[in-house]
Amino acid sequence: MKKMKLVLVGNGMAGVRTVEELLKLAPDLYDITVFGAEPHGNYNRILLSPVLAGEMTLPEIMLNDLDWYRDNGITLHAGRQVTRIDRVRRKVIAEAADGSVTEADYDRLLLATGSTPFIPPIPGNELPGVLGYRDIADTEAMIEAAARYRHAVVIGAGLLGLEAANGLMLRGMDVTVVHIGDWIMERQLDRAAADMLQASLEARGMKFLLARQTEALLPARNAQGGMRGEDGAERVGAVRFKDGMEIPADLVVVAAGIRPNFALAESAGLYCGSGRVRGIHVSDTLQTVTDPRIYAVGECVAHRGIAYGLVAPLFEQGKVCANHLANFGIGRYEGSVTSTKLKVTGIDVFSAGDFGGGPGTEEIVLHDKQGGVYKRVVLKDDRIVGSVLYGDTADGSWYFQLMKDRQSVAEIRDHLMFGQNKLGDAGHKGENRAASMPDTAEVCGCNGVCKGTIVKAIKEQGLFTLDEVKKHTKAASSCGSCTGLVEQILASTVGGAYQAVSATDKPVCACTEHSHKVVREAIFKLHLTSKEAVFEALNWRTPNGCDKCRPAVNYYLISSWPHEARDDPQSRFINERAHANIQKDGTYSVVPRMWGGLTTPSELRAIADAAEKYQVPTVKVTGGQRIDLLGIKKEDLPYIWADLNAAGMVSGHAYGKSIRTVKTCVGAEHCRFGTQLAMDMGVKLEKMLFDMYAPHKVKLAVSGCPRNCAEAGIKDVGVIGVDSGYELYVGGNGGIKTEVAQYLCKVTTDEEVMEYSGAFLQLYREEGWYLERTVHWLARVGLDYVKARVVEDGDNRRRLHARLLDALKDARDPWETSREAPAVKQFIPIKVEA
Amino acid sequence: MSNWKRICPLDDIPRLGARVVQRPSGGDIALFRNAEDEVFALHDKCAHKGGPLSQGIVHGRKVTCPLHGWNFNLQDGQALAPDVGSCASFEVKVEGGEVWLVA
Repeated sequence: MKKMKLVLVGNGMAGVRTVEELLKLAPDLYDITVFGAEPHGNYNRILLSPVLAGEMTLPEIMLNDLDWYRDNGITLHAGRQVTRIDRVRRKVIAEAADGSVTEADYDRLLLATGSTPFIPPIPGNELPGVLGYRDIADTEAMIEAAARYRHAVVIGAGLLGLEAANGLMLRGMDVTVVHIGDWIMERQLDRAAADMLQASLEARGMKFLLARQTEALLPARNAQGGMRGEDGAERVGAVRFKDGMEIPADLVVVAAGIRPNFALAESAGLYCGSGRVRGIHVSDTLQTVTDPRIYAVGECVAHRGIAYGLVAPLFEQGKVCANHLANFGIGRYEGSVTSTKLKVTGIDVFSAGDFGGGPGTEEIVLHDKQGGVYKRVVLKDDRIVGSVLYGDTADGSWYFQLMKDRQSVAEIRDHLMFGQNKLGDAGHKGENRAASMPDTAEVCGCNGVCKGTIVKAIKEQGLFTLDEVKKHTKAASSCGSCTGLVEQILASTVGGAYQAVSATDKPVCACTEHSHKVVREAIFKLHLTSKEAVFEALNWRTPNGCDKCRPAVNYYLISSWPHEARDDPQSRFINERAHANIQKDGTYSVVPRMWGGLTTPSELRAIADAAEKYQVPTVKVTGGQRIDLLGIKKEDLPYIWADLNAAGMVSGHAYGKSIRTVKTCVGAEHCRFGTQLAMDMGVKLEKMLFDMYAPHKVKLAVSGCPRNCAEAGIKDVGVIGVDSGYELYVGGNGGIKTEVAQYLCKVTTDEEVMEYSGAFLQLYREEGWYLERTVHWLARVGLDYVKARVVEDGDNRRRLHARLLDALKDARDPWETSREAPAVKQFIPIKVEA
Repeated sequence: MSNWKRICPLDDIPRLGARVVQRPSGGDIALFRNAEDEVFALHDKCAHKGGPLSQGIVHGRKVTCPLHGWNFNLQDGQALAPDVGSCASFEVKVEGGEVWLVA
């Protein structure tokens, strides 16, 4: 079949990212030709500032070198500027510097012509030594100037201007930043944060002239103490302001905003707007509104009246555009919410959304002037609409996510300003500020990954998302407690390019573009009952998934369609296949169930006998009030289970994303303080929940009085007996991050404890995402939602509880069933003779 | 010369699963079967910390080690990026519904 022809005009980040996304979806659909005005491959434009600052080199910021184009069969015309589009003959015409002409036919055309720095129409703006700040050539010219000249003036104190000023200062120049506004970065920061930032930059030696309008750029001969260019050409020598003041300037960098490049598109008759909103007008499918064969992405585009100048929205556009180019036709680009981060090493500034306030908004401010911390969060109708952070930006991505997800913060308002990670994080010494950490500091305690390794990978591999960092460095890929830190490092390294992915939209894994939410809902709505049906209905990219998605899909199937969907052992992690916990040496641990933490002399005798018979090297008491037999060979498992079964014991499920234990105190049965029969209640709950699988492990505890010896405050469901009944707490967690359970409600009878906690767990089982603990699920859906479904709506509660009981009605001991054929086969090794 | 050994019927290995083959010496071998009924054999010892690959999840032509999630190509035993390392692979074939191995 003859391939269609795709021509990309603009070899920058937006266009090439779109091509990359397209190659992922449909590698063989197009013959691709790329035109780029610059003589390079595609590089990471946002890292030009670290290059200017001398922290990185040009080769390090290349994203796609020339080999990439060749390996993907893409024809690259670098250094050729497209001068004309012939829409009738479907052809683009390009010229090189030497006047030679190149033509290319297209079936689909993608315009990604980017933007150019806006140079205000002031006298002298054409002098040598006056630069915009956009590309490699500008950066090289600045580096060169810094080596020869002394005085630099940067016009414009926005993000780009300050990064340029910082770079030039680090290269030894005397830098003055001139700004028309009353404070710096006024589009990103409020005055308080801007003043703190300015003071900090001044302490480093940067000078500022605010509320100044530039009148003219003067050539060197007219300026006092000015210098001539080496070749004798007149070079800029000074900047004069409207108030008459003059300052020396051997280099003037104009960073007064950008203008979309749409001249080419406009000359081809594509609608580019008028008045304030200029740019190539595109629809939600990124097709130009004029010609559906022509697509456009990036800074040259105006979408719903907005032209974006940050890279994150461009990537979002690229993803949607690629989907349509690949003829999938799914997905619409509906605009982006953006956040900003200044890339000046050692200074943390973050802003997002509308922080200006206004009618109907309220704000919460935390300001520690001496400590150099400022946080302002703007709320409207209990939702975050904007935030500005200075000094401590650890929670920037959290606020941003809450804002993007439009989640109500009414419940967490009292501790919103203190951030998400202030309490209970383990594994990195409670460190929450990535910027202040040295490169040698360990960020990921599970995989031993240092900050420097992460930064290096982000820069050299061109990583933009948390998942990419996880994949390339393994940081945050095990227990996940350092995710926030890794996000911060990512944000401060790539600046505005970083966009926190909303958990709601995040794909399950690389096998699919669908999120857990979509997969869950599809399984239910389409009545899918096998993994094959799921993979087909949702266009899985891999034939049988991977170790991430298969367990998730299997869980969704069996929890959505109990008794109907068949459990697939090969989609389960080994622990749930072998009904024992795999240990570092490949042996297993066996934990018999002790209902409510209770046992008997005869059970203990049977455990002791088994431990001796199978020469168990370690016998340990667990945190969940059980006995753990460690170091058992897999082939011995069916035999030891047979012995334990014979003594009346069953699997303790210490290995599963399932009900683990119900821990109890001695309760009113023995305790002089006890108000309720905690042991009896615990045993009843544990029997009700036997063999219950869930998105993650589930632990319960029952205490007989508020002294709470069973530690119910850190359990998924905690029951605390009081004289008049029971208090129920949910969403506690004693693991990676200590989380205190939240009060759900108070009930009177044992039957109510069973019904309410059963209904709560069933709701979690039906709506939680795989590997989401109750605490994370609660944080996502909100306690109010759960209360409404479980506490306030009695009918719904009873239905949930009934569904739980129905799902568990045929529960059998997995040890017993695993001893039967054919399941037992997996435990028997095949022996070969010498 | 041929040192092919008959190991077991193909159906003794679960689809997308594995069996362990114990040798008198040289360590265990993991015998994998994927969804297309292709069979692969690797040394049952992850290049990272020695985990039993036979206990991992099989997907495509890959297996994920159960201990720390390293992925290996079943055909040549090479670890997949970002991890680096390899596990020995062994010649294996299916004939008449029986699995044969050179080990």
